[in-house]
This record gives sequence, structure tokens and C-alpha cells, in this order.
Amino acid sequence: MSKGVAITGMGIISAIGNNVAENYQSLINGEKGISRVSKIDTIHKDAIMVGEIASTNLELEQQLGLTPDNNYSRTALLGAIAAKQAIQDARISDINAYKTGLVSATSVGGMDMTEAYYYDYLENKNTQKYIEGHHAGDSTQKIAEQLGIKKSLVTTISTACSSAANAIMFGARLIKSGKLDRVVVGGADCLSKFTINGFKTLMILSDTYNTPFDENRKGLNLGEAAAFLVLESDKVIAAEKKEVLGYVKGYGNANDAYHQTASSENGDGATLAMQKAIKVAAYTAKDIDYINAHGTATGNNDLSEGRAILRVFGEEIPDFSSTKAYTGHTLAAAGAIEAVYAVLALQHNIIYPNLNFKTQMKEFDITPQLELKEKELHTVLSNSLGFGGNCSTVIFSKEQ
Amino acid sequence: MSAVYITGVGSISSQKTFDNTEFLKEIFTYTDNVISVVNPNYKEYIPPAAARRMAKGIKMGVVASRIALKDANIENVDAIITGTGMGCVRDSEKFVSAIIDNNEQYLTPTSFIQSTHNTVGGQIALGLQCKGYNFTYVHASVSFESALLDAQLQLENNEADTILIGGVDEHGDHTITIHKLINHIKPEKTESTKVLDSKTEGAIFGEGANFFVVSTKKQDSSYAEVIAIQTYNTLSETEVSHAAQLFLKDNDLTIDDIDAIVLGNNGDVKYDTFYNELSLNLFKETQQICYKHLCGEFNTASSFGVWLASKILKTQELPDVVRLNKKSISNFTTILLYNQYRGENHSFTLLRKC
Repeated sequence: MSKGVAITGMGIISAIGNNVAENYQSLINGEKGISRVSKIDTIHKDAIMVGEIASTNLELEQQLGLTPDNNYSRTALLGAIAAKQAIQDARISDINAYKTGLVSATSVGGMDMTEAYYYDYLENKNTQKYIEGHHAGDSTQKIAEQLGIKKSLVTTISTACSSAANAIMFGARLIKSGKLDRVVVGGADCLSKFTINGFKTLMILSDTYNTPFDENRKGLNLGEAAAFLVLESDKVIAAEKKEVLGYVKGYGNANDAYHQTASSENGDGATLAMQKAIKVAAYTAKDIDYINAHGTATGNNDLSEGRAILRVFGEEIPDFSSTKAYTGHTLAAAGAIEAVYAVLALQHNIIYPNLNFKTQMKEFDITPQLELKEKELHTVLSNSLGFGGNCSTVIFSKEQ
Repeated sequence: MSAVYITGVGSISSQKTFDNTEFLKEIFTYTDNVISVVNPNYKEYIPPAAARRMAKGIKMGVVASRIALKDANIENVDAIITGTGMGCVRDSEKFVSAIIDNNEQYLTPTSFIQSTHNTVGGQIALGLQCKGYNFTYVHASVSFESALLDAQLQLENNEADTILIGGVDEHGDHTITIHKLINHIKPEKTESTKVLDSKTEGAIFGEGANFFVVSTKKQDSSYAEVIAIQTYNTLSETEVSHAAQLFLKDNDLTIDDIDAIVLGNNGDVKYDTFYNELSLNLFKETQQICYKHLCGEFNTASSFGVWLASKILKTQELPDVVRLNKKSISNFTTILLYNQYRGENHSFTLLRKC
């Protein structure tokens, strides 16, 4: 059993940087990673904007030292890169020295290859290698292989946009229960025609920069990313005299039970998730210093989440902002990249600006943090809300 | 630590398993390499309009969960945790092919919405109006085991009292076609009753939904106690035996304590060797049970194995059709399950009679 769930390493690759330091620089400098699609041949190129990672698959493969016969999806490539960064950051030289697991999240999985070779598989033997790379668990298995996690617990979670937050949650419970001494948690999702067209048919994509919590918001920008944290038990921290970046202090998941893709107007699921997380942390609402909101800039999400924040925090809402104007919505990876951003906020006592905001929503009298703010932070709460009514909240803290 | 009990089951498979008053009484045999579920009358469980609208995998999952809840004599749960290897394949295929065939035009959202992996869990929550914890694990052949492990952790630590868990996977035509290309599926039509003696590669692909109510509250009608679950990313053939011994030792058990071992043999000559490590050596003297000749291979087929073991422990009956060997065992107290798929994603599960 472990009282604390310590974070000792982080890794990330997103549209605003190829590693933790670059992402942090973009966040504090207000540098958006949103642009037109360049790597996917879609008819919607001029109708949408995305948070696309600059590297091509070939460049990513070279970075990982993969041979040409590999069958990595882009999701697996991004995930492996971020996870390896996290292990390096945690100064782990022998991954199997302790019981170490991997819990990864993805919703796209190998769909980028499936959609590219869907009919080609039937004719071309050379592309058939990607068939086994389609299922969600495959990208996780490739990450495990890259990290050298052989026998231990390895699994994958897919609950749409809350997936990686849920991976952190499950990982934390595996540490607390003593099932594992150490676990790598996070998620990865690449852009694909499947998700671009899926979100397009739902009419929730913006044709310009997304504007979280703005009255005139008109949809989200999809993004791609991967991010991982290394979680370690008290035992490992003590034995290895580890530097701790922060703690996973609380977590909660709830289902909105309202609609398959839309959130309830009153934010039931998000309210319950935040309340559960605060309870698990043994905090009260007053203990939360900053909220990294899900804030996708869809009409529905920001209204629902805004109402939930009011229900939980009442009149004393902590500073909050969404970082999705920087990265786009990275789907399954969102909860993981925002976990990295939350820990960075804690480390540097920084609250990121909610970019692109102009007009307060008329439904309530709350405004996100609009400028970079220096503030002593002890806790950060991060929300991730997804399809199927899946609502998740994770609380990070400086102290155990 | 609270004990964890299986208090209700619901199964939709290639056998008539949806009727909990029966236990493999009438066996459906197939001569094919892809087999489908025996459908209950879905309209008995969900409104006819909903039954028509729902995709197959969702329907299977929703109805199997209803059966499990009814079996457990409860109306709602604290959490819903599902496992699925591939998610809702039919709708994924429908949407991908529409994107390609229509050059990204004239698309509608329905099949996209229904394609997400956690659609089944979300639909069950909607139907029950359950606002509790809701997770979906999607890790090939340990998707269901991950769900069971998650539930066990929560119940043992009193984070929940009653949880609905399940494994669901459905067929998709294109998915079947491409998996035939890479030899995952038997090249020839095979008689299901003889598949375990097969000398060829590949499995008979199946589909199914198996749901369970797990709870800290033991009832007279409970099926089994969940003692332990362990999953392994990879194990070599020679490592399987050692892992089994360690798993038992960690639970203060020896091989002699195991009344039956439930093995996931699927007739793939290349990978059944992992099971042979146990059945020909370590568990040579143990009653051996198989099930994939009945339900086919799918990523959450092990949930059918757990259904089978649970029924055996509750009824103390062992249908002949699932015997791999014949031992003079008259009482089932402890059952060990082992599963893997193509040499990866191994799991051991321990169940005990209540």
C-alpha cells in the first residue's frame, strides 16, 4: 500500500512542442500550434484548423530508430516518443527493477493506417502489416516494448476525450493498492480522417481558431499529441531518493447519463467528477488554486462545464483557463497533455492564459484567466469530459 | 479488504447462454470459420424502437447487462466497467468505408457516434441513468480482465459496493476479411466440436457479450468469489508455468488446490502450445476445461470463460462438452483460468465457490 502517488517524470509531444521544455515555452509565450491541415489529404483542409505536430512519420520513425518494416501507426510513434521522454525524465535506468506497468489511452489507435489502406489490404501484401496495428491496444504494446516493460501489467483505456485522465486515475489506484510500484500513465492520439469527418458531421469543428468559454465560440480544433507521466510509490521514492515533480492527489470519474455525445446543460457528470476528486484528495473546494478546464470551445461543453464549476465552487471560483486554444483538442491524449501542463503550472507557480477570449458567456458571470499569471500554487484541478457522458477530474498537488 | 463476489451473470454468445435457467443444455455446433451469436429476443429486454436503432454490439452489451442485473436482483450499480478489444466494429467500418467511398462527402454522424469504444458503457449508463464511474478497457485479450481488476480494486477498497462489468466484441465483415489475409482465422471451414484438435493455424472467430454484477455483498444466489486477477504483457511459453506457480503462491495456493483449470485453447496450432505448457505438465492431473470451441475466439472471449467457471462453481455441474480430460472430481471449490491471444496479453484469474 502506498499513501502517496508521486509524479517523477513527464514526457510530451504536441503541436506546441516536441518535449516538456518546448511545450512550457509555448504556454508562457502564448504561442498557438493551430494551423491548416498539412499531412492529411482531406477535402476539409480549408474548412478547419488543427493542432498538427510538425514531424512526419518518417522523421518520428527515425527518431525512434525503427526499421522500415515497422508497423507503427502515428499514434504509436507519438506515444513511444513521449513515454520514452517520461522514463528518461524520471531517471529510470532499469525499468524492471520495480514492478512497473503501463496504462495508456487512445481513441484513434491505428485508424490512420486503416483508413489509408482499407481496400489496399485486399490487394497489396506490403500494407497488410498494419492490420494488426489497428486495435487500440497495439499502440500501447508498442510503447511497452519501447520502454522494455515485458511481463508486467499493460493495458489501454478508451473513453473518448477523458481517456488519458482515466489512465492516470487507474494508474494511481494501482500504486495505492500496491499492485504496482511504478506505472507509466498517459495517452496518444494522432489526427485522422476518421475523427476529422466524425467531428465534422457533428458540426462541432471550428473553421478558425477555437475560443474557449467565449460567447461567440463556434467549435473545437482537433489536435494530435501524446503525453505520459511516471507515477511511483512512496517505497520507490524513498529507496531511490527521487525528486518528486508533484502528486496525483485526487481523482474522480462520473457518467453524465444524459446523451451519447452531448453533455447535460447543468453539468451533472462534470459536477460529480469534480466533487469525487476533491473528496478523494480530502480537500474542500477552497483548496483548489487553479482549474485547467476541459474548455473545448464547443457550445455544449463550455456551457456544461461552466455550470458544473459554478455548482462545485459557488461564488469563489478559482482561476481557470483552457489550454485547447494552444494545442487543439487532442482527444484521448487531452487528459495527459493537460496533466503535464498542470504539473508545470505547479512547478512554476504559473497560470496559463485562456487564449482567444473576447466576450463573456451570457449564461453566467465568470471569465477565465486571460493573461499569464504568477501565483503561488499548491493544487491544480484538471477536467476532461468525453463522449458517452464520460467525465473525469484529476487533482495534482505539490504536497503529498 | 472486502471480498468480491459475482452475484449476477448475463451472456449472449454462440450458444444459448442468455437463459440463466439453463446451463449448456442444448449445444449449437457450427461448421465454419466465423460464427455469430445466438440472439435472444431483444424486444423482451429493450423497447422495440431502440432494438431496431441500436447497433449489434451495443444491443448485445445492453441486453447482456440487463440479464446480469436481473439475475443479481438489482436495478442499478455504483459503476460500469466494460472491456472490448475492437469497440463497435460494424459502425467503425461503416464510417470508414463511407469516408473513402464518398470522398468525405454526404456523411452522417450516427455510425461515428456508435463507433467509439465506450459507446456500450455509455448506452448502459443512459439506460440505467447511472451517473457512477464508467470506464472502458481496450487492450486486446486482457480487455475484460482489466475491467475485472479495476472492479476488484474498487470493491476491495470500499470505493464501491456493486459494479457491473462486461466484455463485448462483435463481428465486422471487413475486419473478418482482412484478418483472414493475415492467418488469424482458420483458412477452412471447421467443425466447432473438433476445432481444438485442429492442426492448422488461426482460430474460429466468434463474438459475444458477457456481463457480471460483482459486489461486496454475498447473497445465497452468488456464483463465485473473485480471488485474484493478474495480467502479463508478454510471457514466453517456458515462462507461463513459472508465472502460474508464482500466481498461485502469491495466493497461498498450490496446484493441488486447483479443482479445475479453464484454458483458452482455440485450436490455433501455433499458439495453443502456451496452453499445452500447463495442460501437459503442471496441470496434467487437474480437470481441464475449454470453451472457445463453443464461443469462438474474440478479444473478450475470456469473459465467456469466467461465465463458464462461475456457472460451474454455482451449480457444481460440469457439462461434458467443455471437458478436455476426465478426472474424478465431484466438488469444485477453486478454479483457475488462463488465457492469451497469439502469445500476448496473458491472464490468470482465480475464482472460488462462495
